[in-house]
Amino acid sequence: MSTIKIRTKRLEGKTQIRTLISHPMEHGRNKDEATGKLILAHYIQELIVKHNDKIIVSSQLGTGISKNPYFAFMLKGGEKGDIISVSWKDNLGKSDSQTREIE
Amino acid sequence: MRSNRRVFLKKTAITSGIGLLISETAHAKWLAELFSTSSVETSFNHSFETKTISLSDKINLKIPTIAENGAVVPLTVSCSLENVEQIYIFVEKNPVPLVAIFNLSPDIDAFVSARVKMAKTSQVTVIVKAESRLYKTQKLVKVTIGGCGG
Repeated sequence: MSTIKIRTKRLEGKTQIRTLISHPMEHGRNKDEATGKLILAHYIQELIVKHNDKIIVSSQLGTGISKNPYFAFMLKGGEKGDIISVSWKDNLGKSDSQTREIE
Repeated sequence: MRSNRRVFLKKTAITSGIGLLISETAHAKWLAELFSTSSVETSFNHSFETKTISLSDKINLKIPTIAENGAVVPLTVSCSLENVEQIYIFVEKNPVPLVAIFNLSPDIDAFVSARVKMAKTSQVTVIVKAESRLYKTQKLVKVTIGGCGG
């Protein structure tokens, strides 16, 4: 199952894009309660949002973003059937992407 | 022997050259020094060339003044400036002050919502780059510990 959920909502002349990603966003200073060892830093570094293959948001993220990150953006225009895609890449080289049609 | 050494040197020169190229493209996307553990002043210096950034009332930062849970603090930045290119979010007292940089295309409104972590009570600073100029706004957010709801 994809780690990314995308929701779109058409408003007056605009489209609201909301995305929720399931990711631990560990900053590397937390300790594992059972073993007492530090939990390895594991966080998303790059997030890209595309509208019909055109990049509309590219962002660099740090460890200060909360666990299971949520983002919202507002696209100018946007028609029914347009494709919104969201992709991320983390510091361990993992990545995921997901697409959704505007309803 | 000597020719071997030449060959070896050539090979290392080529591979290190490739390595440099790859790391350069990667750096353009995510710069480790921007997201390093540092004071907020150092973080500003890494991110911007200029030191004086004027406060602007055209940036609207919506964030609770009291956050009961520092692990999840919702914030929304909206801005009435024209041609916004970038939005930077800093939480000054966090070990890594820079939280995120959003590069926005002209197809999108100057609007971003996100949820950030706050280690303790701190100023939250948003810096907006529009038409190659920088503007900022900041708000103090109190993080209560112990969950009494202060």
